[in-house]
Amino acid sequence: MRRFVPHLLYALLCLLILVAVESNLLNAYLQLIIMFMGVNIILSTSLNLVNGYMGEFSVGHAGFMAVGAYITSVLNVWLFTSDRVFGAAVLPPSSVLYLFPVTLLMGGIGAALVGLLVAVPSFKTRGDYLAIITLAVNYIVKSSIENIQGIGGARGFMGMRSVVNAMQAIADIPWIMIWVFAVTGLSVWIIYRFVNSTYGKGVVAIRDDEIAAEIMSVDTRRIKMTAFMLSSGLAGVAGGLFAHILGYINPGTFTIMKSTEIMVMVYLGGMGSLSGSVLSAIGFTVILELFRPLQVAKWVVIPLLLILLMLFRPEGLLGNRELTDVFPRLRRMLAPQGRRA
Amino acid sequence: MRRSVLTMALVVLVTVFSSPFSWSAETIKVGFDIPLTGDIPQVGESSKYAAEMLKEQINGAGGVSVGDKTYQLEFIYEDNESKAESATAAALKLITQDQVLAVIGPQASKQAVPAGEICNSFKTPMISPWSTNPQTTLDRPYVFRACFLDPFQGPVAANFVTQEFGAKKAAVLYDIASDYPKGLAEYFKAAFEKIHGPGSVVAFETFTTKDRDFSAQLTNIVKSGADILFLPQYYDEVPLVVKQAQELGWKKPIMGSDSWGSAELMKLCGEACYGYFFSTHYAAAGAEGATKEFIDQYNSKYGYVPDDVAALTWDATRLLLDAIKNTNGLTGNIEKDRDAIKDQLGKIKDFEGITGKMTFTPEGDPTKCAVIVKISDKGEFEFFKSVCP
Amino acid sequence: MWCRQWEVVLNFEMLIQNLLNALQWGSFYALIALGYTLVYGVLLLINFAHGDIFMVGAYIGFFLATLFLGQYAFALPFALPPPMIFVVTLLLTMVLTAFAGVTLERVAYRPLRRKGANRLYVVITALMCGLILENGNLALLGASRRNFPQLLSNTVYSIGEITFSDVKILVILTTIGVFLLLEAIVRKTKLGMAMRAISYDRMAVPLMGIPVDTVIVFTFALGSAMAALAGVLFATAYPVLEPYMGALVGWKAFIAAVIGGIGEIRGAFAGGFLLGFVEIFVAAFFPSTLRDLIAFSILLVFLSIRPTGIFGVARATKI
Repeated sequence: MRRFVPHLLYALLCLLILVAVESNLLNAYLQLIIMFMGVNIILSTSLNLVNGYMGEFSVGHAGFMAVGAYITSVLNVWLFTSDRVFGAAVLPPSSVLYLFPVTLLMGGIGAALVGLLVAVPSFKTRGDYLAIITLAVNYIVKSSIENIQGIGGARGFMGMRSVVNAMQAIADIPWIMIWVFAVTGLSVWIIYRFVNSTYGKGVVAIRDDEIAAEIMSVDTRRIKMTAFMLSSGLAGVAGGLFAHILGYINPGTFTIMKSTEIMVMVYLGGMGSLSGSVLSAIGFTVILELFRPLQVAKWVVIPLLLILLMLFRPEGLLGNRELTDVFPRLRRMLAPQGRRA
Repeated sequence: MRRSVLTMALVVLVTVFSSPFSWSAETIKVGFDIPLTGDIPQVGESSKYAAEMLKEQINGAGGVSVGDKTYQLEFIYEDNESKAESATAAALKLITQDQVLAVIGPQASKQAVPAGEICNSFKTPMISPWSTNPQTTLDRPYVFRACFLDPFQGPVAANFVTQEFGAKKAAVLYDIASDYPKGLAEYFKAAFEKIHGPGSVVAFETFTTKDRDFSAQLTNIVKSGADILFLPQYYDEVPLVVKQAQELGWKKPIMGSDSWGSAELMKLCGEACYGYFFSTHYAAAGAEGATKEFIDQYNSKYGYVPDDVAALTWDATRLLLDAIKNTNGLTGNIEKDRDAIKDQLGKIKDFEGITGKMTFTPEGDPTKCAVIVKISDKGEFEFFKSVCP
Repeated sequence: MWCRQWEVVLNFEMLIQNLLNALQWGSFYALIALGYTLVYGVLLLINFAHGDIFMVGAYIGFFLATLFLGQYAFALPFALPPPMIFVVTLLLTMVLTAFAGVTLERVAYRPLRRKGANRLYVVITALMCGLILENGNLALLGASRRNFPQLLSNTVYSIGEITFSDVKILVILTTIGVFLLLEAIVRKTKLGMAMRAISYDRMAVPLMGIPVDTVIVFTFALGSAMAALAGVLFATAYPVLEPYMGALVGWKAFIAAVIGGIGEIRGAFAGGFLLGFVEIFVAAFFPSTLRDLIAFSILLVFLSIRPTGIFGVARATKI
């Protein structure tokens, strides 16, 4: 029973927030921020898997997000709503409730397949060349979407609002927020289990010394492929959620700037620290909103702060330790099975 | 270390949760979703200046009286950076965090079309002063506009080049990544081919936003033997295209559209643009009555003659304020108020705008005339002729 | 429509015209790629702020040109003819931008190098510096577009159906001249030899009495000066300046440097012209939106087959 304490705590927190939303304590703006926090958590933890735990340098995470966002949105709008582009709904709109996770999953799978495009070159190259390849994949994804005029091309794709409305026609509760909470919790749990499994040990071994790991019978190819696909798949799912929160996506959202923002969250929290990524995702979302009154100067102050961070505390908030290492008493409460792997 | 982390977290949480609770004074809040930075900052500046001028004028006279209460005006400006995703984020912020009664803008269709989706789904009235693409208001009961549409502007341009230059073959160069140029290029092509037969648009070249070099496309255009070049682009791209076209040997006329009409066009284009024409919403030269008053007021306050964006923003904001007055009383419940304003906007008849009289069709569009402007040999915008539907 | 355009391919004059277009457009990529290549060869660092140094160069050129034209209160005692202003502006901009590049190195990269920080952190710092330069420009100078004054006569010549302006020829000839000059510097001077030495073996170089810091400063200065040259020429050919002009051009030039083989000067030029050709010829025959897609796909395919680029040399790492 004690093993489930962190899960129950998380569920309780989500329930509290939902109750606050229902009783109109949190206005639409705060709800948006909370949902963005959830999406950012998924993005930063999935990128941490590749950049932090595996020590690669992947700069194109927004590309996978774009793939997932577009696949999920196009599927949903095509299947569940009557739209100018696709015509009438193919399936009854009420079925969106239990088919939404399915389309999210399909977005994730699509993104994972694109992740293969990055995984395969990573067998032969490392470091700067991999950065270039991931950058190229990001731009290729963005350019490909821009060329598909049927879904709006560079001008963007709309219609996700009708999907959300179809869900709310069944029961007027904040469905997207529920989905965001569920998927965030699930993805953090998946990554936690992955990192603490044999795969995770292999991933860390690749980071420490790839050649030695190969000699020690770690199947580096398989582990790299799995890690890349898991990371990009989760990013795709995050993209699908992002599309439905905002109601409008266009390729211009998923450029190198977005990838840089996600990278910043990972480095801020500490590479190789799951709780660090979660904390920094929450903190960074808040900082972005707090600095809004600065307008243009916001994007001068934030990079400046980051440079200072690189100078004085380059390992980030938590380095490669976890929250349970910083607060040992928490470990007794949350992870009673002993030391982290 | 632990205590400082906890206090910091507490401070952050308090700041976040306290910011939306703004004190509600007796003000009418209107949001402006305009491009203050990005590709076309002059458009954002014109919008902001015109709005500020109106606000000072009205607040100085005591405010807006709705029913039996008087309110001061509060305008909130959000920068959409001339990007579609920022425009939707700005609209969201204005609607949810700032709790505005209505949104004015965005100006460019590329931002107006997605932002209109957001405003419509959040049931907030939106008036776009300058967006001419029909998709901004299509099927959106809460979205209106203050200008004519591209299905009207395309044929105006096609007819004009046929009559004025005797053009039988046309070339078009447009940005395929942006709603306005793409839509207008297609309407122009359809109208021109209706007059001169299919295939009379001999070059239909595209580029992407932020492209700087058009030599490949312009080479095709020069070789195609067209009589005129139609260029429905914004004022920051026109100088580049015009100069490169001339460098590649293009000596024939170039026709523009209402996106050319910015106050900064001649500063960037200079002599290269002398002698070209474009269609727009109003011509400052030769204006009379209320229009002339507006031009003089703006000129004396800001030092330059206002462009069509400023005039349209002035009209759009006054339209909104009229609709608010016609509700005969704001309840304070923001959802009811937004609905009431939207209903009143739909009922407006023969509004006396400085850019023309406006009555809204059921789709939320006014029927207005277009003005063809010539760029004189002194670099001024001269009124050439007016075309009405 | 596609058939007609393939007919056009066979039109020899269009081919030559597009060739000229491509050479000019590729020259800018080549000049900026040079900066990336030089810095990478010496420091093994991808200087992501380099595209913004290009933008800084263009803006410095703009302010100097308008200053010399007397558009500010301060006017020179004698009026210079515009082509002279162009030359003076160009040289002065190169010097000032070199200063800017060196300052960047001093302030942002050297402290991290001293601490022996992981190369990753330096790269992130470079990205952030780029952002600061762009947004700082936006914050300080405002968003309105600047018009670079016309300093060269911009006469249009035509040979048969091929038209070009003198600016186009100037850009192409300047780039070829710079290439020859740099090859001479790197192969014939001592400083050039030191630069090549550092790229072979970083540890041994200080042991041989070569001041590493001086060489690094020289590299940054040279790279930034080349970017400034590209900036002023770019502003002359495309006279609308904006704060983010360096961003996209910078990334594309980086790709050009990688395709050519990062660390090799010949590679920067080859990659730059190659990318220019690809972009212009794609835009001539296909819709322009396919341009980025094809360029990046070529990069990906190329890197999968030959990761070190056209002229690059594979580095062996000892375990």
